[in-house]
Amino acid sequence: MNRLTLLLCQMLVAVVFFGLWQLLSTVPLFGVTVLPPFFFSNPVDVASQVVAWFASGVIWKHLLITLWESILAFAIGSLGGVMVGFWFARQPRVAAIFDPYVKMINALPRVVLAPIFTLWLGLGIWSKVALGVTLVFFIVFFNVYQGVKETSRGLVDNARMLGMSERQQLRHVYWPSALSWMFSSLHTAVGFAVVGAVVGEYLGSAAGLGYLIQQAEGTFDVAGVFAGMIVLSAFVILIDLAVTLAERRLLVWRPTAAESRG
Amino acid sequence: MQAGEAAAARAVALDDATVAFRVADARVYTAVDKATLGVDDGEFVAIVGPTGCGKSTLLNVAAGLLKPASGAVRIFDAALNGLNHQAGYLFQADALFPWKTAIDNVAIGLEIKGVARAEALERAQAWLTSVGLGAFGNRYPHMLSGGQRKRVGMAQVLIRDPRILLMDEPFGPLDAQTRQIMGNLLLQLWTKDRKAVLFVTHDLEEAIALADRVVIMSAGPGSRIIGDWRVPLPRPRDIFEVRLDKEFHALHREIWNVLKDEVMKGYAQSAGAA
Ligand SMILES: Nc1ncnc2c1ncn2[C@@H]1O[C@H](COP(=O)(O)OP(=O)(O)OP(=O)(O)O)[C@@H](O)[C@H]1O
Ligand SMILES: [Mg+2]
Repeated sequence: MNRLTLLLCQMLVAVVFFGLWQLLSTVPLFGVTVLPPFFFSNPVDVASQVVAWFASGVIWKHLLITLWESILAFAIGSLGGVMVGFWFARQPRVAAIFDPYVKMINALPRVVLAPIFTLWLGLGIWSKVALGVTLVFFIVFFNVYQGVKETSRGLVDNARMLGMSERQQLRHVYWPSALSWMFSSLHTAVGFAVVGAVVGEYLGSAAGLGYLIQQAEGTFDVAGVFAGMIVLSAFVILIDLAVTLAERRLLVWRPTAAESRG
Repeated sequence: MQAGEAAAARAVALDDATVAFRVADARVYTAVDKATLGVDDGEFVAIVGPTGCGKSTLLNVAAGLLKPASGAVRIFDAALNGLNHQAGYLFQADALFPWKTAIDNVAIGLEIKGVARAEALERAQAWLTSVGLGAFGNRYPHMLSGGQRKRVGMAQVLIRDPRILLMDEPFGPLDAQTRQIMGNLLLQLWTKDRKAVLFVTHDLEEAIALADRVVIMSAGPGSRIIGDWRVPLPRPRDIFEVRLDKEFHALHREIWNVLKDEVMKGYAQSAGAA
């Protein structure tokens, strides 16, 4: 299948989906509307809601807030994950001591932390950032920890024979190895940063995409809910695209990086 | 080149070195038993032996990566403590840094010594050119063939100008023709400054063609050095030509008579142990 047919087929799926939705929510079938508008709205209403948001410009503020929260959550979470992962991998004793606690915290569903973060950090962006950080941190942490621990023995021996000091080994061998593992979890980490931000907003905030969806739900504005979801999906796809581009630049040295990600 | 005494300085001297590994359930596997081996400065010594006999182990000992359970290791007449900083080691497995381009892989040995980056790159480029890869500097290791990677590895080690060169089956995975080309390249580079070389191979012909001395190891466990032949062929040699020499054949037959039994023994042992 070439690119054009693939694209056409992908678009066809969307057309059929929205066509059916529009049809079933507006045209009665044997006297009943299969998708009652009150519960399902319809694509035209949803689209006009999206257009209205962008036309009036209200959406930008929310998008920006969510974007900012995601970026902060990602940056802080990855930084922490890389540093702690690195530290644990180089200090097996420390890792052994903290091991059960790391597992415990990671097993905790993060949503239950949201109210606590709101209590501690208020309704502003930081409670959402904190929620995102708890998600991003563990993904990056586990990957970097594994990456540093599994740094090839042969590479380290080679580095030592080439005369690298302990610090130079960290910089030229362990660090790149850890980063490559971090990048392999980049898509997941970025995705979770957005999830943390949106869920946090949803559970209590004054701005952001999650807030927008939650507001619409509160007034039984189903079109608004769907419109919010569509904007959110587009937002996530764009961010994922940016990640893919960053990855292509940063992982040129890896044989499969370009091929294995679609 | 060195102050010429009657005997050249001993670059590497293993004296009754025994290496044992701890394996499962606290048993100990003696890989090499009381190996005594010397490499003079400027001498090219090849080690040949059946697979698993402990050739890589011996190089690791000479490199200081592995401490023998008993016996002594002396490098230029000083007891070896920790890593052998006089040695460059071309490992059996690929050991280029996958996140560095070919030229950066070669330059790194200078950069960590504090050579300015521009100069390091310039000298790395010269080395890449001399191993025939001048145009491949900006490729990452995964974009190079196995033989090209080995050549980059050679440049990476040689750029640091070590006094001792440890090479573990550097042409191992290559086809016969490429091996010969690489062998000639190695000889040509070695002739310039005559480092002490300890060269591991499983190919007896290659060993004779390249080396001043060929050392044979017995099959493990507890493998020993069971033979040491001086190669009387004149230098400079060409690997293609030297194989046609009568003396080459005589020596080959003589060594092979000893090696053959060990190869069979090694095979039988590992088959029986499995
Ligand atoms: N870390 C280790 N732990 C236990 N046994 C080991 C270890 N390293 C090597 N050995 C054993 O020591 C013996 C010698 O290994 P070595 O790698 O030196 O063989 P070799 O002669 O280089 O073989 P090849 O020609 O296949 O490379 C082998 O039987 C191997 O199984
Ligand atoms: Mg080996």
